[in-house]
Amino acid sequence: MRILVKLSTTLRDCVPGYDAEAGLSLDMPEGTSVRELARHIHVPPEEIKIVMINGRQSEGSDTLRDGDRVALFPAVGGG
Amino acid sequence: MFRFLRVNMAAKTCVFEDIPQEYAGLGGRALTSTIVAREVDPTCTPLGPHNKLVFAPGLLGATNSPNGNRISVGCKSPLTEGIKESNAGGQPGGHLARLGILAVIVEDMAREGEWWQLEIGQDSARLVPSTVGGCNNFAAVEKLVETYGKDCSYITIGRAGEYKLTAASIACTDRELRPMRHAGRGGVGAVMGSKGLKAIIVNPEGGRNHPLVDEAGFREAAKRFARALAGHPITGKGLAEYGTAVLVNILHEAGGLPTANFTVGQFDKHESLSGETLNSLTKERGGEGAVAHGCMSGCVIRCSGILPDKKGKFQSKWPEYETLWSFGPHCGIGELDKVSRFDYLCDDFGVDTIDVGVAVGVAMAGGGIPYGDADAALKAVEGISEGTPLGRVLGCGAATTGRVFGVRRVPCVKGQSLPAYDPRAVKGVGVTYATTPMGADHTAGYAVTANILSCGGKVDPLKKDGQIELSRNLQIATASVDSVGLCLFTAFAILDVPDALPAVVDMLNAKFGWKLTGDDVVTLGQRILSTEIDFNRRAGITQAADHLPDFFEDEALPPHNTTFDISRDELKTVFNWIEEK
Ligand code: SF4
Repeated sequence: MRILVKLSTTLRDCVPGYDAEAGLSLDMPEGTSVRELARHIHVPPEEIKIVMINGRQSEGSDTLRDGDRVALFPAVGGG
Repeated sequence: MFRFLRVNMAAKTCVFEDIPQEYAGLGGRALTSTIVAREVDPTCTPLGPHNKLVFAPGLLGATNSPNGNRISVGCKSPLTEGIKESNAGGQPGGHLARLGILAVIVEDMAREGEWWQLEIGQDSARLVPSTVGGCNNFAAVEKLVETYGKDCSYITIGRAGEYKLTAASIACTDRELRPMRHAGRGGVGAVMGSKGLKAIIVNPEGGRNHPLVDEAGFREAAKRFARALAGHPITGKGLAEYGTAVLVNILHEAGGLPTANFTVGQFDKHESLSGETLNSLTKERGGEGAVAHGCMSGCVIRCSGILPDKKGKFQSKWPEYETLWSFGPHCGIGELDKVSRFDYLCDDFGVDTIDVGVAVGVAMAGGGIPYGDADAALKAVEGISEGTPLGRVLGCGAATTGRVFGVRRVPCVKGQSLPAYDPRAVKGVGVTYATTPMGADHTAGYAVTANILSCGGKVDPLKKDGQIELSRNLQIATASVDSVGLCLFTAFAILDVPDALPAVVDMLNAKFGWKLTGDDVVTLGQRILSTEIDFNRRAGITQAADHLPDFFEDEALPPHNTTFDISRDELKTVFNWIEEK
């Protein structure tokens, strides 16, 4: 299945050559969880604080579906 | 050693007063709001002689607490017609505190057209004719520094304040004497202008840190608080590296980044305005740019980087998230340098970047400025300084602009514009916008934390469950934080690190010899809110004003297609300890 991954701030450093505009387009086996995907691209799951799948708050254990857009963030804040 | 300074602009008197018993133990917002509630007739004309302008450092001012030197500015707001507290960083808060001045109360008005400046030093204060009338903030401060030197700090208004525009701000100088830390919201600059007060010069010479009842205890608690801030990923690293701009991408992703005057929640050019871009561009351009810059002494978080221009020269501070948003997605503008220019102009003229940026987008919605046209927008904003009719309209903020241009969607509550989170996709902050006595304001109860940032718990931002309680608790806590003089960004650590709040309470106890507990912090916050709401009721602002404009209830926001569905009756339960008459 096809997954689009968007990375934030320091997590971008885990993926050399990461293209911020395009994100990362990946082919993953059916049933892959967010956490498994993170490991696959060498983003340490413990550094991920916020997961959004298609703009909805989600969990690392959630399974992905074909065509999903998943965004991973470390702890970020402002105001 | 502690006193109030009372300044009468008509009589030109400056009098130091002992602090009346009823104000003992108050600082920052608690003090400005209590003074305004007691001394100002709530029905007075905000730009008239009966309004008062109050400046107050917080309870931890002039100590070695990290991030404790903010300054609160209070008055009746000409924008909301209700009570206002707007606070700022920069140096003047700490300087006033070190001089033992817990509040400066400015009363009455000078004669129309006269400009005065207030010189404050150790045991001395006097009004002299201003040498900088007609100047905007950067030129004014540069001239004042020639006269008074680099060790002073400066509080000024630009021309927007002189014109008494209702989105005018009050500028405080940062550590490098740049007038870039503003009490931005609510038109406090117009009140200063109405008094004929152009500038305040604070000479900290001879000032000192406040005495501490328990010095060792204070040192220990301050260390714990510093440790909590340094250890939390947001206050210890994230804000320094990416500024508040880090929020651009996450709000886009969450579908809560209000775009094209609150008609959609995502902006395709978000990446070019992001904290990531600010960080890399600052490093790439080098020169006078800086990542991790603190706006006041004692700041350990350092969110206010400096953006250099293409040649490496100082261009402006890193724009805040709110500024990037108001002139960016809200106006359909994706060019970072243009937003930076907007930010600089706002700092220079002395206007709130939120209300004026929102006003520009509202003018676009009404056909007054072409949508997405950065140059046309900047030209219109320059009109604020020139006093053009359009400039004056924009400088009065989004509510006025919406009226002038006949716009259906005017994103304001109590006359003050909404900030950078769409309340249909971040419902908790919508509750705060609707109910805070300040008029729409995110900082009054920053529910973005649990809604979007997974900080201080987790609440689904698209659902109404838990949002009322979340906003209530945050509004109470924030009123306390604003009174202590802490930069609100310390709240990320306070919400997540168990020892952070006890450390703050222990600092207060060690400084004053009190025996406060965490519960007392809640009581203090509730008391402040009660005082503010009571002022608003006496000013004629009833509970009926506590709601969002109806288009947020009527129109679904893409991409999630949600409306703001927290009912007006539910909103009435936010301040559940207050009995409405
Ligand atoms: S965290 Fe930012 S706003 Fe707060 S005091 Fe430091 S530089 Fe100023």
